[in-house]
Amino acid sequence: MPNMSMKKNPMPEQAPDVRNKNFEEVALGYTAEMAMDEAKRCLHCKNKPCVSGCPVNVHIPEFIAKVAEGDFAGAYHEIALTNALPAICGRVCPQENQCEGKCVRGIKGEPVGIGRLERFVADWWMENGTEKIERPASNGHKVAVVGAGPAGLTCAGDLAKMGYQVTIFEALQTAGGVLVYGIPQFRLPKEIVAKEVNSLKELGVDIETNMVIGKVDSIEELFEQGYEAVFVGSGAGLPRFMNIPGESLLGVYSANEYLTRINLMKAYRKGYDTPIARARRVAVVGGGNVAMDAARCAKRMGAEEVYIVYRRSEVELPARAEEVHHAKEEGIIFKLLTNPVQILGDEKGLVKGMECIEMELGEPDASGRRRPIPKEGSNFVLDVDAVIMAIGTSPNPLIRSTTPGLEANKHGCLVADEKGATTKPGVFAGGDTVTGAATVILAMGAGKTAAQSIDEYIRSKQ
Amino acid sequence: MYKIVQKRALNDTVTLMEVDAPHIAKKAKAGQFIIFRVDEEGERVPLTIADCDREKGTVTIIFQIVGESTMLLNQLNVGDSILDFVGPLGLPTHVEPGAKRVCVIGGGVGNAIAYPQSKSLHQAGLQVDMIAGFRSKDIVILEEEMKAVTDNLYIMTDDGSYGEKGLVTDKLKELLDAGNHYDEVIAIGPVVMMKFVCAATKPYGIKTLVSLNPIMVDGTGMCGCCRVTVGGQTKFACVDGPDFDGHEVDFDELMKRNSFYRESENYAKEHVCHLTGGKRHA
Ligand SMILES: Cc1cc2nc3c(=O)[nH]c(=O)nc-3n(C[C@H](O)[C@H](O)[C@H](O)COP(=O)(O)OP(=O)(O)OC[C@H]3O[C@@H](n4cnc5c(N)ncnc54)[C@H](O)[C@@H]3O)c2cc1C
Ligand SMILES: Cc1cc2nc3c(=O)[nH]c(=O)nc-3n(C[C@H](O)[C@H](O)[C@H](O)COP(=O)(O)OP(=O)(O)OC[C@H]3O[C@@H](n4cnc5c(N)ncnc54)[C@H](O)[C@@H]3O)c2cc1C
Ligand code: SF4
Ligand code: SF4
Ligand code: FES
Repeated sequence: MPNMSMKKNPMPEQAPDVRNKNFEEVALGYTAEMAMDEAKRCLHCKNKPCVSGCPVNVHIPEFIAKVAEGDFAGAYHEIALTNALPAICGRVCPQENQCEGKCVRGIKGEPVGIGRLERFVADWWMENGTEKIERPASNGHKVAVVGAGPAGLTCAGDLAKMGYQVTIFEALQTAGGVLVYGIPQFRLPKEIVAKEVNSLKELGVDIETNMVIGKVDSIEELFEQGYEAVFVGSGAGLPRFMNIPGESLLGVYSANEYLTRINLMKAYRKGYDTPIARARRVAVVGGGNVAMDAARCAKRMGAEEVYIVYRRSEVELPARAEEVHHAKEEGIIFKLLTNPVQILGDEKGLVKGMECIEMELGEPDASGRRRPIPKEGSNFVLDVDAVIMAIGTSPNPLIRSTTPGLEANKHGCLVADEKGATTKPGVFAGGDTVTGAATVILAMGAGKTAAQSIDEYIRSKQ
Repeated sequence: MYKIVQKRALNDTVTLMEVDAPHIAKKAKAGQFIIFRVDEEGERVPLTIADCDREKGTVTIIFQIVGESTMLLNQLNVGDSILDFVGPLGLPTHVEPGAKRVCVIGGGVGNAIAYPQSKSLHQAGLQVDMIAGFRSKDIVILEEEMKAVTDNLYIMTDDGSYGEKGLVTDKLKELLDAGNHYDEVIAIGPVVMMKFVCAATKPYGIKTLVSLNPIMVDGTGMCGCCRVTVGGQTKFACVDGPDFDGHEVDFDELMKRNSFYRESENYAKEHVCHLTGGKRHA
């Protein structure tokens, strides 16, 4: 008999007023009992609508059936058939728009907690999994991967399993891309990313950090060194600013800088040298996951008041539903339908406030969302001493400007076909560098597709 | 890990280190920089590539011990390794084609960065005059090296204890007033010095290149921390620079931005020096 409860098993979490002062993970994970009970809510639909919502087509009802039986190892193997990083996806996928958004249980009540189950299974496997990773026999072909974010890691893993000798070149000191420098510890513990990276190393993938491709070797030079194909997964890391007065005042950060100082450089931990402003009142401009992360970090760094300043309304907030919910619980104040006009500074150049204007929603624009229009004369000053800009990023021009023949569109995104092939033979690309800032799972999907294409490409040359 | 193969104190607070990093040595050009991180808890700190030896595969850096990271770096010795060493970052110095005579101006440790510029211009066959300014005699560095790559080397000290007494801008004005013609001036040193050099060259319409040193984190254009205003536009010094047209730079803004972490850094410095003489490598 399926479990017909309308609601998901609730996720055990740290209490909001406790967790907003620490960097430990917010969601604690299901116990085996909770997972089995939740798994029993699945109806095992024949047409599997949930699977069609998942960009990598995780075998959802199959793995959930194994969880219900208590066969967690079996469930893990089922997930691993299509998803190389389940512990990460279970935590950060926008499930409400993907797998869970399509689940039939969601029509009348809450969908099956697919993400939570995926996370449970992956965490269980990390604790209890037994199999040693077998290093496949080498096929003698070398492939280079630029960027160790989810796209690059996934592509490298799939190629290594096919026997390719893969080297990942990463600009920063640590592999993981946004997973290590952007998404905070309390949402995605870095130990989990490190474990995934380690299992790639066990597969024989060589990871060279501190290598900025385009500055050290160029892509052309990688070919000269014997790499037969190159995958570019360099992300969309170039921060945008609003170009309003006051953005160079002290205490104005891009979200990337703020989050990098905290996550990659560990400014929140004792013993680390990274300096960071301990602001009292912080405004975060933007409404996506990045804005939620920055706001929740600011709160944890000790700010008394943290605002999300977003020019549209609640329904348009692009962040994962769970993040918005968590942010509110933690005391983040939402200033919706509000847009910054200028940042005000004192005589030393320190931020002392942000002038905003109220907005109202007009007709839908090209994106299909209603266009925000400023309300004449509604200006007011928000009393803040730090401002974090989380209004989006675009791809870094370094690779395209140093690689002749590699074309980009007008947004600076690399042009690649549905198989990941760019305009330059032998060069493949995927993830945020092609799509612009998107999601972890889409980047992984692109890495997977490109691995297939690279395999076909190298075989076709023989 | 990047091994230190040579270490030499140039004066009490300035150290030269030669580091094994063949992939960087192969590519580095004058004006580019590296970012180092001493150890797992360290900050990412930029330093200009002072020299490189492509055959040996080494990169030379010259740094002033001003705060925690440079202090920790200075505690390492030949045979020790630096955890992270990334480069070559930034754009190489771009000198106008056709330039025949240039004046390179260095201030303090900025001379360590100005010296490789003089060297590469000299090797390219240009006539190079150099004005090297220091507070006093005991901190003069690289005199022999600079002499070897310049046509005229003028050493200036604030207190007159060595070379001529005065500021680099005094010498520059003197040379210009005496009718010396320069196709380009390159100024590297404290922000105030660069600001005043630019003010001095402006009336003469001499193109003046400055090397900016804003606070940086990643050095690849990802964080925007290094933004500077040049010609009214926001530029990221780590990817668009570090060299810019000095007549377009908003120096006052840069001075403010660079002072941002001064309080916490001074705190670290005092505590490290007075208590343990070194927090981690002691
Ligand atoms: C703060 C934040 C929160 C987010 N939250 C979520 C979320 O909850 N759920 C979700 O699905 N998505 C989220 N995202 C988006 C998601 O993280 C990205 O879509 C995803 O990481 C893109 O993966 P990628 O592999 O394409 O690029 P990235 O993760 O950006 O990795 C690119 C890597 O390439 C390296 N690189 C760049 N240039 C070079 C070069 N020249 N040479 C060598 N290496 C280079 C970079 O250093 C980086 O490590 C979030 C993003 C941010 C910033
Ligand atoms: C592109 C570039 C090239 C550089 N090349 C060299 C070089 O070749 N040799 C050298 O000695 N230094 C160089 N610098 C400056 C060097 O990076 C800083 O001195 C360094 O951050 C000091 O680190 P620290 O932890 O020891 O000192 P900190 O504790 O970080 O700082 C000590 C003091 O210096 C101030 N400060 C910090 N960073 C900067 C900065 N970027 N500019 C000005 N003041 C700063 C602080 O506010 C504080 O007062 C360069 C900087 C840049 C951006
Ligand atoms: S990978 Fe993401 S979308 Fe796919 S099933 Fe897992 S949580 Fe859902
Ligand atoms: S749609 Fe929902 S109930 Fe149906 S198989 Fe998928 S997870 Fe189970
Ligand atoms: S140092 Fe981060 S963008 Fe320049």
